[in-house]
Amino acid sequence: MQALYAQLLVGLINGSFYALLSLGLAVIFGMLNIINFAHGALYMMGAFVAYFLLNLGGISYWWALLIAPILVGIFGMILERTMLQWLTGLDHLYGLLLTFGIALIVQGVFQNYFGSSGLPYAIPDQLKGGVNLGFMFLPIYRGWVVIFSLVVCLATWFLIEKTQLGAYLRAATENPTLVRAFGINVPRMITLTYGLGVGLAALAGVLSAPINQVRPLMGADLIIVVFAVVVIGGMGSIMGSIITGFALGVIEGFTKYYYPEASNTVVFVLMVLVLLVKPTGLTGRAA
Amino acid sequence: MAEAKLVERPAAATGAEVLTVKDLQAWYGESHILHGINFGVKAGEVVTLLGRNGAGKTTTLKSVMGIIGKRSGSIRFNNEEIIRASSDRIARKGIAFCPEERGIFSSLDVRENLMLPPTVRPGGLSLEQIFTLFPNLKERLTSQGTKLSGGEQQMLAIARILRTGARFLMLDEPTEGLAPVIIQQIGHTIARLKSEGFTILLVEQNFRFASTVADRYYIVEHGKVIDGFANSELSANIDKLHTYLGV
Repeated sequence: MQALYAQLLVGLINGSFYALLSLGLAVIFGMLNIINFAHGALYMMGAFVAYFLLNLGGISYWWALLIAPILVGIFGMILERTMLQWLTGLDHLYGLLLTFGIALIVQGVFQNYFGSSGLPYAIPDQLKGGVNLGFMFLPIYRGWVVIFSLVVCLATWFLIEKTQLGAYLRAATENPTLVRAFGINVPRMITLTYGLGVGLAALAGVLSAPINQVRPLMGADLIIVVFAVVVIGGMGSIMGSIITGFALGVIEGFTKYYYPEASNTVVFVLMVLVLLVKPTGLTGRAA
Repeated sequence: MAEAKLVERPAAATGAEVLTVKDLQAWYGESHILHGINFGVKAGEVVTLLGRNGAGKTTTLKSVMGIIGKRSGSIRFNNEEIIRASSDRIARKGIAFCPEERGIFSSLDVRENLMLPPTVRPGGLSLEQIFTLFPNLKERLTSQGTKLSGGEQQMLAIARILRTGARFLMLDEPTEGLAPVIIQQIGHTIARLKSEGFTILLVEQNFRFASTVADRYYIVEHGKVIDGFANSELSANIDKLHTYLGV
């Protein structure tokens, strides 16, 4: 039973990363109509920024949680201004190819300097240790990741579904021309949206650094599963990506316990099943 | 019934042109749609563009709003050239646009739709004033925008641009597909706005409706303005008009 709980916890942790990453992908896809294959690389950059901050500047994990998403978000906004914006109105394939190329370049550069093995990043002192919950031992850092991710996801959902800024965003996703004709600078909003989505990826990268180490290919390994999560949840749906992200993490955890051989494929099997029954994803609106 | 003023402003036409369009040409991709549109709108007027389907009336409004990619010529608003400005800049100068397809957002509820356009200058209508004009909207604030009836959607589309403080409104076929009683309500609204000093540029297919609200008409054909006359000259021009519109 202990092993089951442990696997469930691992599942929840993975689910946190899935949710943060697929949430960003959903926001970006909704607004820019781009399938952001660079997402994994930007997640990795978030972890590396945390690593540099700590090792070069002595800047703690807590500051990294704030600074890494901002720096990587700025990097993303530069990408959007200089490259992605020219893809407006073109087929999805172009965005996919461009962002895939960006991912390969970014990962290649990091691999060139840091190799493929992981760099250690210590758990911050305040989150070291664990608590015995009676039925299992819970490392504090892992509990923190799950709860913090959940809070960030819900805050993002609130921002998009319940605020005036979010209303601009939803309206511009539907009809950018009209929203612009109301006096809103939609191109700037698109840039900021990309920055937000990318910032969420970087935040996930910082959260993951103490658990998974900091590796140039950490995002490449994760991103394929995250895309499956997005497809299952439905492209462009905010709550859909959050719920699906956590749920699939847990389902993976269960599978690891009951039938470990399938744990790496269960997400993709589910993706096929969902696509067969509901091609727009579980919560997707028709495109 | 004495109605309270919506906005404290001098009403009626002051004579100065707020919008002057000269030799406006516009393209959709490769197709050349407008071939030199010329017309003007004075402060406080209701001006209607008439013409057959595909004549270029909607394209003219969209060009003024800056949402047609390729355009040339001159569009002066309050003596300022806006032909090169982006549509968000144009909106902030005080022009508001209500598109033919109404553009109600399905992912927003009625309140969010209503509150969406940002205030571009002071003096816009308050929510209270808007609900006086369109009482139906108040009952439906939490409904999804596109769940409203066609008439309610049209009212919402007009209502939301009244909030912004823009004094120059462009309405593209506001009566299209609506029941006579709703058309009447929209007619009353336009007359009311005019009496409050709003300037309105209208595109209409429904000539009978237009004749109840317009001060002047321009006839658009094949991407050009080919004629224009005042409402007072309507009876003298009615035969010509029938030929133009083919009714």
